[in-house]
Amino acid sequence: MKLEYLSEAIKLTLDEEKCVGCMMCVNVCPHGVFEFSEKKAHIADKKSCMECGACKKNCPVAAIESGSGVGCAYAIIRGMINNTAPDCGCSGDGNSCCGKG
Amino acid sequence: MENDKKCGCGCSSNASNSAVGTPGFVCGWQDANGEKIQRVSSKLDFNDIIGALKVRLALGRDDYKVEPGLYCIGRPGSDSPVLVTANYKLTFDILRKETDGLSAWILALDTKGVNVWCAAGKGTFGTEELIRKISAVNLSKIVDHKKIILPQLGAVGVAAHLVKEATGFNVHYGPVRAADIKKYISDGYKKDDEMRRVTFNLRDRLTVIPVELVMAWKFIAGIAAFFLFLKAFRGKFLWKKVARDLVPSIGGIFAGVVATPAFLPYIPGRAFSVKGFISGVCWLALSGFNFGFTVREWIANFFMIAPLSSFFALNFTGATTFTSQSGAEYEVKKTFKLMKYSFILGIVLKILSKFKK
Repeated sequence: MKLEYLSEAIKLTLDEEKCVGCMMCVNVCPHGVFEFSEKKAHIADKKSCMECGACKKNCPVAAIESGSGVGCAYAIIRGMINNTAPDCGCSGDGNSCCGKG
Repeated sequence: MENDKKCGCGCSSNASNSAVGTPGFVCGWQDANGEKIQRVSSKLDFNDIIGALKVRLALGRDDYKVEPGLYCIGRPGSDSPVLVTANYKLTFDILRKETDGLSAWILALDTKGVNVWCAAGKGTFGTEELIRKISAVNLSKIVDHKKIILPQLGAVGVAAHLVKEATGFNVHYGPVRAADIKKYISDGYKKDDEMRRVTFNLRDRLTVIPVELVMAWKFIAGIAAFFLFLKAFRGKFLWKKVARDLVPSIGGIFAGVVATPAFLPYIPGRAFSVKGFISGVCWLALSGFNFGFTVREWIANFFMIAPLSSFFALNFTGATTFTSQSGAEYEVKKTFKLMKYSFILGIVLKILSKFKK
């Protein structure tokens, strides 16, 4: 069963003009958002994007714009209360959101 | 293995291997480029298992790390694969367990004891640290090829093309899970879609629940204290009456912390706050019929339980593998205030119900 999250607000764009077809985005995406055809990458399943930012980071021609941050409400609420950027408070040593090996 | 050892003590007199304080998972030494590299065991011992259990249960999870640097498993040579990982000991242990039978170099980056994905998000498992470590351990002298394997989720923090530019090494993003490493290598650094996908199945979800529970204990204690305090005003202390107040509210927290994650795919809605609300209302109905709530109790408990369950379900977004920051922000903006006011109203109704009969 595939889990889906709120997709209305997802920030992800790909400039297919710039794309050089290296397939890096297809390779690093953990949710199969991209597909590859006619020597270019395309966004095929935007609603599965979790904005991890791996595609953007590894695109050698900067053709991808994406949000990159934690999808963690706790961090966002903390940020809201302390008036800072989202911060889960586990920068050094891991807690709630950093429990997965 | 000729120079195996059981633990770090007892070997200090041997000048040829400076084994003072070597961790328990080191089972020997490997010569490479005139240096002695620690060989790690692929077997997890009692301490490793207890340590893993402790961090999974959020007991002393700080500082669970290994020294960053180069290690090896098996008997690697200059043509052996190089696996890059984080220095979170739980991650490191999973990797050495899953590489049993392989001969490879393991390069642990200094991620401050955080796992690969989170560290990549924070940038500690990142381009700069990787470049730094490749040069610090003289990797180009240890192997005569130019390939390094990174866990795919490390891509969040590492730009492969920049690593290539700075060091000449080609980053190959391997499988998401260490369990697929051997197949990835034997297939010639190729992976299928399944190795590339992050999952979040029942087992994954249940694994993170204990930590969430530990995070919620202050809330649970606070609510318990609140009701006991209220009871103190009403003379006779009866467990049955205390339970009638306590069980619905505390159960509401469990509906958000335990039930919502466990049944996540089956609860309607995509927003976690909505899923939590639904679990909360189910719990309200269950406990309401069980205790035979009066109309006023139904109302007061609704305003308590719904936001509690919804709030803790919303917090679970951070432990999942598929929620985006934009989505979580959207959800927080829409629901957080509502939860807050509903909860305050619930508290007020509970207090009022103690003074009026």
